[in-house]
Amino acid sequence: MKYKSQAVAKPYFIAAIGLFLGQIVFGLIMGLQYVVGDFLFPAIPFNVARMVHTNLLIVWLLFGFMGAAYYLIPEESERELHSPKLALAMFWIFLVAGAATILGYLLVPYASLAKWTGNDLLATMGREFLEQPLPTKIGIVVVALAMLYNLSMTVLRGRKTTINLVMLIGLWGLAIFFLFSFYNPGNLVKDKYYWWWVVHLWVEGVWELIMGAMLAFVLIKVTGVDREVIEKWLYVIIAMALITGLIGTGHHYYWIGAPEYWQWWGSVFSALEPIPFFMMTVFAFNMVNRRRREHPNKAAVLWALGTGVMAFLGAGVWGFLHTLAPVNFYTHGSQITAAHGHMAFYGAYAMVVMTMISYTMPLMRGRAANSRSAQVVEMWSFWLMTVAMVFITLFLTAAGILQIWLQRVAAEPMSFMAAQEQVALFYWMREVAGLVFLIGVLLYIGSFFIKGKSEAATA
Amino acid sequence: MSSAFTKSAARNIFYGGAVFFFLLLLGLTFDTMNTLPKRDNRANLSESALRGKHIWETRNCIGCHTMMGEGAYFAPELVNVYTRRGPDFIKTWMKIQPSGAPGRRQMPQFHLDEQQLDDLVSFLKYASEINTSKWPPNIEG
Repeated sequence: MKYKSQAVAKPYFIAAIGLFLGQIVFGLIMGLQYVVGDFLFPAIPFNVARMVHTNLLIVWLLFGFMGAAYYLIPEESERELHSPKLALAMFWIFLVAGAATILGYLLVPYASLAKWTGNDLLATMGREFLEQPLPTKIGIVVVALAMLYNLSMTVLRGRKTTINLVMLIGLWGLAIFFLFSFYNPGNLVKDKYYWWWVVHLWVEGVWELIMGAMLAFVLIKVTGVDREVIEKWLYVIIAMALITGLIGTGHHYYWIGAPEYWQWWGSVFSALEPIPFFMMTVFAFNMVNRRRREHPNKAAVLWALGTGVMAFLGAGVWGFLHTLAPVNFYTHGSQITAAHGHMAFYGAYAMVVMTMISYTMPLMRGRAANSRSAQVVEMWSFWLMTVAMVFITLFLTAAGILQIWLQRVAAEPMSFMAAQEQVALFYWMREVAGLVFLIGVLLYIGSFFIKGKSEAATA
Repeated sequence: MSSAFTKSAARNIFYGGAVFFFLLLLGLTFDTMNTLPKRDNRANLSESALRGKHIWETRNCIGCHTMMGEGAYFAPELVNVYTRRGPDFIKTWMKIQPSGAPGRRQMPQFHLDEQQLDDLVSFLKYASEINTSKWPPNIEG
């Protein structure tokens, strides 16, 4: 750690990991409700558990991105953060707002929560992933703007590198596109059309810039490969991400009432969307193969390679699987979508945040890398989580194929619930894989508490 | 990557590509907004349907169901539930939840009054008449 103020990333990462654990617990609750329908009913109905599961994911990834930004931007800019105090204040505001929102979901009926938080003044709630009450949404904007001010001032007065510019553009994009969450027209088609300007333009747009910058930062550090080479790769990858991903938004416009030409635009461009993810895989392996140093933090290198591979599989391959309009006609809104969502979020975003945490946490704790024994446990957690996620994805894919066949293709189509009963076996297996994932998360958390002889801080 | 291909070339592709394709997205969006009146059934977006949409949102229906394939995959698709089940079935169904059948998926009781149920039905009827390019593939959703 070169600058004292980088340490402000630490509470962000700790909160991220804590919320990640919560996300997985609620995932297991939902997974069980898929097969034991009345589990925890009426205390935690499925829609509440899902809201908690997906919102915790979003919040912990945002914590991870912000922590990563507060760490890498001072280092890239070669100066202290503009205001560490502001960054810390924003941490507490975001944590309290996030916790209050989750508690609100769990303790108050959603309709009452909506009424008490001003949803009648400006209705923004009750749309997938954007369920947050109005004050929380405003809080997200405030926290994001304060962060952007803080980071932009740091970059403006410091060294401008490709990595900190790309990170900053990504975060500005994240904040700007989030503003569409305040636009909720009564016209359902328009509502859905612009809802995707938050959801798609985040995960298949500006978040890829953030991911690319984080990955490039860690790869420079752990491989010692020339910055010029890495930054050239970064530009090419994010160029491909936006060139394919912006019009790729069209793959969400096939069946929501938008004109049918979107079936062409969406199919052609989203068929190209795996390219940037494939390039990330090649990038990560190439740089590690050409490394000029043996970094003692083997776990961080493993995460960096892992995120390259898993993002390509989850976002690239599983995305392509159902993105062509004639295929999507059958797969849309089935368990295939769930399969893709799980592996893509884990592979691209959860793993890149853990790559960053893995690389920076030891440095913030005063050592170049954790002890051998701590790294072994961390790498075990990597494999448990990653293999478990592969199986979750495969089981959901199997469930999806069978569901589609029974409900949408067969000569005498079954009703939704009848088809669900037929695929229950796969849901059970997914739940078992989920338990393995939970063990992985617990081991991951445990790895932070393992002592042993560590490398001295040099990096 | 070869050294003939420089970092500044890569940077230019990034900025140029991002701007070009974002403008293309805006252009297509502009055209979409002009085409929507022919497809989005806005003529039937009554006051009642608008109130129904508000109920749909504030009960977080999307947390279990899909609407035009978007939402959660725990409960049936609702864009065509009006055609599949009809208004009376929907209202009765809402009134008798939860079923309480052991081990079965449970839908909460939302205590909607007659007016609210009618509004919700208007919303679902309006949604069912949007031109979704023949999706879902069949009546089961």
